[in-house]
Amino acid sequence: MNHDYEYTPGNAFTKWLDKRLPLIRFADENLLSFPTPRNLNYFWTFGFILTLCLVTQIITGIVLAMHYTPHVLMAFDSIEHIMRDVNYGWLIRYIHANGASMFFLAVFIHMFRGLYYGSYKEPREILWILGVVIFLLMIITAFMGYVLVWGQMSFWGATVITNLVGAIPLVGESILTLLLGGFSVDNPTLNRFFSLHYLLPFVIFGVVILHIWALHVTGNNNPTGISVKNTNDTISFHPYYTVKDLFAYVVFLLMFAYFIFYNPNILGHPDNYIEADAMVTPAHIVPEWYLLPFYAILRAVPDKLMGVLLMFGSIVVLFFLPWLDTMKVKSARYRPTYKIFYFTFLLTCFLLGYLGGQAPEGLYLFLSRVCTIYYFAFFLVVMPILSRYEKPSPMPIGISNSAINTDLGTDKNPALSINN
Amino acid sequence: MRLTQAIIILLTIVFFSNNQNLLASGDETFKNLKPNFSFEGPFGKFDRESLKRGYQVYSEVCSSCHGMKQLSFRNLSQPGGPEFSINKVKEIASEYFILDGSDEYGDPIERSRVPSDRFQPPFDNKDAAKASNNGAYPPDLSLIVKARSDGANYIYSLLSGYEEPMPESMHIDESLSYNPWFSGSAIAMAQPLYDEMVEYDDGTIASISQMSYDVANFLAWAAEPTMEERKSLGLIVMGFLFIFLILMFFSVRRLFKDVH
Ligand code: HEC
Ligand code: HEM
Repeated sequence: MNHDYEYTPGNAFTKWLDKRLPLIRFADENLLSFPTPRNLNYFWTFGFILTLCLVTQIITGIVLAMHYTPHVLMAFDSIEHIMRDVNYGWLIRYIHANGASMFFLAVFIHMFRGLYYGSYKEPREILWILGVVIFLLMIITAFMGYVLVWGQMSFWGATVITNLVGAIPLVGESILTLLLGGFSVDNPTLNRFFSLHYLLPFVIFGVVILHIWALHVTGNNNPTGISVKNTNDTISFHPYYTVKDLFAYVVFLLMFAYFIFYNPNILGHPDNYIEADAMVTPAHIVPEWYLLPFYAILRAVPDKLMGVLLMFGSIVVLFFLPWLDTMKVKSARYRPTYKIFYFTFLLTCFLLGYLGGQAPEGLYLFLSRVCTIYYFAFFLVVMPILSRYEKPSPMPIGISNSAINTDLGTDKNPALSINN
Repeated sequence: MRLTQAIIILLTIVFFSNNQNLLASGDETFKNLKPNFSFEGPFGKFDRESLKRGYQVYSEVCSSCHGMKQLSFRNLSQPGGPEFSINKVKEIASEYFILDGSDEYGDPIERSRVPSDRFQPPFDNKDAAKASNNGAYPPDLSLIVKARSDGANYIYSLLSGYEEPMPESMHIDESLSYNPWFSGSAIAMAQPLYDEMVEYDDGTIASISQMSYDVANFLAWAAEPTMEERKSLGLIVMGFLFIFLILMFFSVRRLFKDVH
């Protein structure tokens, strides 16, 4: 990164402070004058949106916890108490419930952005890995949060998913007992899930700080995937991206508000408005929409243990992306073949989401298997092969220099290259 | 780039619209009837007179089998609901009794209910409820509209759907009734509504479909008494965001004029 600009404290107090705790300097370097590629498109606004999603979930969650009772006999009614008797309780709860969906929507876009523009590649491997850690934590947190409602889907979802742990050989049963606090989903389970659901968002918060720290060491990637070379390529984060991000956030909020105020239950399952009953099994047990692709993978194989391994594998494989795709050209813009496989992959994920909501039989099961195979093949077969054989299309020399680079296959023009 | 964005947006829409069906219970034999409730749509409000009649149907017919444990009598006078006067609510509540605390000998005290008390449950517990209904449990109705996909339309269809003739080929247990809207088409609730079963205070003719409509309306309100507040606040929030959006749009335009 090229730093021509340096923060200079303006008055006596800020000078004094700067020598002791350079808070303002820190904020200035990281938020205000942080050099950011000039060509970022709207897919780059989702990091900012995600940060605000996290803050929203934490604030509304803390308020909900003030009124919620984690006990099997009272949990469901305490949520109705929030909906009916707490001032604006319905608002807080609908924000929190739909907020989880919005959070996942944003994180999916954020991740597919990274996948498209090669943001996981050198030097951003750690940044990406921290992202995957956040994603895993988000899934666990959302799953536990859903259980707190103690509706039919909460209870049966929890039963199905925790049972998977039991499939692990040797230790599975013991871990399951520890997780449940007994032999089935019951009051101890609800209590520990509540405790963990309160804890994990703060762990996520911590990892997000590391994520952003890593981002600020390497700097942003950009739609061309070409490294920033000099100050011509960048603009300061503030006001350019603060304003652009805020604009995108308002668009996002409009959609969010539509769900909260006009269709607050469409993303949830009606069965979760029936109090949990261990004696009545719902006709179809399905998780929330954002977990459906993983659920489809889980049920694509007849063997329980294999299903569990594949489901976890589908996330774990993301950790290894930087080493599976070693193509130097980052952005799919200049990778015509990768682009085709990428969009097929995107389609596969949508399809898996759809299939996760269907009964695993007949054509649905067959399609789930095909999609599962492609899901893994994309990472484990297509990426390594393309890295070796794909011929990238001509690309510009630099971000702000649209002249075409004749030296195909690398974004590094030795004359201009600066450490990034 | 534009194309990719369009594709992604399209896929998202397809995914979400699919999701809607996929979360539906799926077994409906018949498509729900749509009597067009006044509360539908972004500006929809409840029809207060219909809510009042709906409460009358609930209390005179359904309440002998179904409880509504999330509701208190005071809710009946709350803004956004049937809006009975507070005196009317006191009168309604006082017709019911509750055991509340104990006297100096430790014997339970029975008193009449007041607006802050909950609706009276018809049975002491689930087992008693099942025992009186051939082993079937009449579910609590406070949240029934949210607990069924397409809730209010479904309740309306279910209640007015007992007249449908049963297909010759079908045989059901005699304790059950044929109702094609119920999943499986054989329901343990005998037809609850018959023409003129209640005499409406406001003189409306109590046909089966009128009563079904009113009680479905009432149950929709009961499932979410804050619906009107939600929609009207939504309008303000969306309006604010929209103006904010326009301001931000021009700010971005101006700011990025010289970048590129
Ligand atoms: C004689 C007792 C009785 C009366 C009166 C009665 N119900 Fe029911 N109701 C039942 C029973 C029993 C069930 C359970 C049916 C089953 O599970 O097959 C039931 C089920 C229902 C259901 C749930 C259907 C479903 O999708 O699971 C609704 C809704 C319902 N009743 C509404 C009403 C309304 C509204 C009224 C008043 C107009 C009413 N009931 C009057 C006994 C009654
Ligand atoms: C709580 C969830 C998350 C938050 C709050 C968050 C926040 C951010 C922020 C603020 C940025 C910079 C702006 C941007 O480029 O969009 C960023 C960049 C990035 N994030 Fe995340 N993120 C989250 C989850 C994830 C996940 C799950 C992944 C991937 C598995 C991920 C991968 C990345 C990558 C690779 C970048 C660099 C992108 C680039 O500059 O090209 N993030 N994140």
